Amino acid sequence: MMKFFSQSSEKGDLVLIALFAVAVFTMPIWLAPFGANYPDLMQRFAIFGIFATGFNILFGLTGYLSFGHAAFLGVGSYTAVWTFKLLGMNPIPAVIASVVVAGVFALVIGFISLRRSGIYFSILTLAFAQMCYNLAYSVLTPITNGETGLRVLHEDPRIFDDKTVETTGPLISQIFGYQMQGMTGFYFCGILLVITVFIAMRIFRSPFGMMLKAVKTNQNRLNYTGVNTRPYTLAAFVISGMYAGLAGALMCIIDPLAGAERMQWTASGEVVLMTILGGVGTIIGPIIGAGLIKYFENIFSAFNDQTLANIYSFLPDGLSEVLVSVTSLFVGEGWHLSLGILFMLIVIFLPGGVTEGLSRIGKLIARRTGKAQKNENEGGRRSSPMPGE
Amino acid sequence: MGGFKSKIDRRTLLKGTAAMGAAAFASPYFFTKGASAYVNEPTGSSVTFGFNVPQTGAYADEGADELRAYQLAVEHLNGEGDGGLLNTFSSKELKGSGVLGKKVEFTTGDTQTKSDAARASAKRMIEKDGAIMITGGSSSGVAIAVQSLCQEAGVIFMAGLTHSNDTTGKDRRRNGFRHFFNTEMSGAALGPVMEANYGNDRKAYHLTADYTWGWSQEGSIKKYSEAIGWETVNAVRTPLGAGDFSQYITPVLNSGADVLILNHYGKDMVNSLTQAVQFGLRDKQVNGKNFEIVVPLYSRLMAQGAGENVKGIFGSTNWHWSLQDEGSQAFVKSFGAKYGFPPSQAAHTCYVQALLYADAAQRAGSFNPCAIVEALEGFEFDGMGNGPTLYRADDHQCFKKVLVVKGNENPTSQFDLLEVVQEVPAEKVTYDPTGDEFAGDLGACNAG
Repeated sequence: MMKFFSQSSEKGDLVLIALFAVAVFTMPIWLAPFGANYPDLMQRFAIFGIFATGFNILFGLTGYLSFGHAAFLGVGSYTAVWTFKLLGMNPIPAVIASVVVAGVFALVIGFISLRRSGIYFSILTLAFAQMCYNLAYSVLTPITNGETGLRVLHEDPRIFDDKTVETTGPLISQIFGYQMQGMTGFYFCGILLVITVFIAMRIFRSPFGMMLKAVKTNQNRLNYTGVNTRPYTLAAFVISGMYAGLAGALMCIIDPLAGAERMQWTASGEVVLMTILGGVGTIIGPIIGAGLIKYFENIFSAFNDQTLANIYSFLPDGLSEVLVSVTSLFVGEGWHLSLGILFMLIVIFLPGGVTEGLSRIGKLIARRTGKAQKNENEGGRRSSPMPGE
Repeated sequence: MGGFKSKIDRRTLLKGTAAMGAAAFASPYFFTKGASAYVNEPTGSSVTFGFNVPQTGAYADEGADELRAYQLAVEHLNGEGDGGLLNTFSSKELKGSGVLGKKVEFTTGDTQTKSDAARASAKRMIEKDGAIMITGGSSSGVAIAVQSLCQEAGVIFMAGLTHSNDTTGKDRRRNGFRHFFNTEMSGAALGPVMEANYGNDRKAYHLTADYTWGWSQEGSIKKYSEAIGWETVNAVRTPLGAGDFSQYITPVLNSGADVLILNHYGKDMVNSLTQAVQFGLRDKQVNGKNFEIVVPLYSRLMAQGAGENVKGIFGSTNWHWSLQDEGSQAFVKSFGAKYGFPPSQAAHTCYVQALLYADAAQRAGSFNPCAIVEALEGFEFDGMGNGPTLYRADDHQCFKKVLVVKGNENPTSQFDLLEVVQEVPAEKVTYDPTGDEFAGDLGACNAG
């Protein structure tokens, strides 16, 4: 399995992506023991998986840490809702328009921000994102509907919608009569996740991807050898902006409402956390990270004393009460605390994120079983280290 | 890297392919009707309510109090504690043995005072925890967003603290109900009091929280203050959760206005009022009159936060713990016994909403949202602390008396911060549901 990652064999990629697709589409089954197999959360896994994958193309490959990626997510969301309002509830135009608009937007912001690198780049992107957030919140209220959020209304033009049927019910995005809600919505997001991950994989393997990794390793050296790196980093920035735009559009497709808080700096920070938690520069890592954070946000935050009491009910009364009161600090309102602890542990002990942990366990098992395959992999990795890892 | 992950995938593949066919049935389709007559029909011995309140953000204090009230309501419904308002409620269907013989359980969620987070959390309650009813919310933006979600999903939404006209105005929904009053009622109740105390020749300056509630509040106060001859000098919108309002307060001094209307709530109001007082606005004389501040929507929690600064300031409120009627006393007693301090108006409205829902289900003999809508529409009740109350069928808004309150000059305890100046009867604040600012469409009830 290691081979597929360290060598860019096209066949290996196809096998991997097929396995990934199976894993995504069987989520309703294997997430059941974790209580996470309900459509809304799985949709979020897929959407934030796309968002984090796109972010990783920029951060993982070029090392440019953008702190304003939520701006593109927000732009994508607003564009999607506006396409719904003007053109109708079909998700396809919404997806295309959002990706294009977010891409153009990223081009403008990237063109300016990429004149600097390191912390200055991060601060510039953060400033732009906060600007967008504040504009959406106040000045641009006619376009964004401010704090209330932009919604699709029955009196909107929606020129391609058949307005003779269903005049009162809720407006739900649909394609060929399939409503983008519940499991259908999840499969729609899942298909796009698989496609975007495949594209990301191809980018990682391509000469363009190698160039981006070179930028991460040593940009100065590249500049001295006469390579102009700006077009490469700008392209990576735009691509990752488009991924964010797609994620924003999907959020509105499953739930046609766009709010300014999607652009807040906390949302930008979240995607950075996802990527680092899962593993920067790996393909699957950011998706695992996105899943972990969304799982914490939706499941851990919902544990209350009652739930905890049920969990500990097998223990004697006194002991279970103590455990409930201790544990309740880390769940419910305190879910940020447990997430913070997890993040610290991972950054300190597993700098490569969850994927590093998984591969360590994998190696351990391989060593135990004493397979020759392990040595081969280890050797292979040592002799040709990936740049920037 | 990633190698182990792929192994899991392969293993999952083996298990998965076998179970593939069953996947469609195993997965929770919340939109399919299936065998049950409506979404989340309770089949076991219990029924689940979803309490969706802000636990973080500008309205976190209100959210915490709402959750306390809900937990108390669940206790009372299940026959624990002293029964609270069940003893004074005019409908005697609920006996403290659960609802329709089912024990009430609940699930909680954090709205973070953000529409996105609130909808995600409500969806989780509906899709995963099987909540039959969602209640809560401490912001009108959130309430409207969650109400439309509940309409789409086919569950009942019992609005908590939401004061914008739009919740039961142009954004009203058949599946959504509101017990709390609205900005129109605040305006109608405050207008005469402002006239009596401050006269007819006044110039007002508004600072308004920039979202649906703020706009609604500003509109209503303008409507009623201009009706008594006041002039509106300016209305400035401030972002929700701004924290520092000094940049908005300085221009007030030079505007020639002699009344400042603070259309803020929660921590925003605490901050803006405190800063306005610190800037010395209340000690000023403008146009030969004392400068006054009015806070249209008041709550005890806010008064507690603003401390000394609230003294003598007028506002309106849905309910106050110092009311002497039997219902209010019973609620204050059981809330105080459990938590050690009196409840806020947010706690009161949420507690009442939970009871009203349970009672409607009991009377209807079913948890079917459409049956509950029928039971609540036009329902008249008493004994809940607000006097005789009507759930109007046209817009699902409760009509009851509105309290005009004033910051207490001589508080006798740390909770005795507001003094009830006037109880404005329901007839005075009733309006036409088809008027321009209120016209909306309830649509049909949705049972999923």
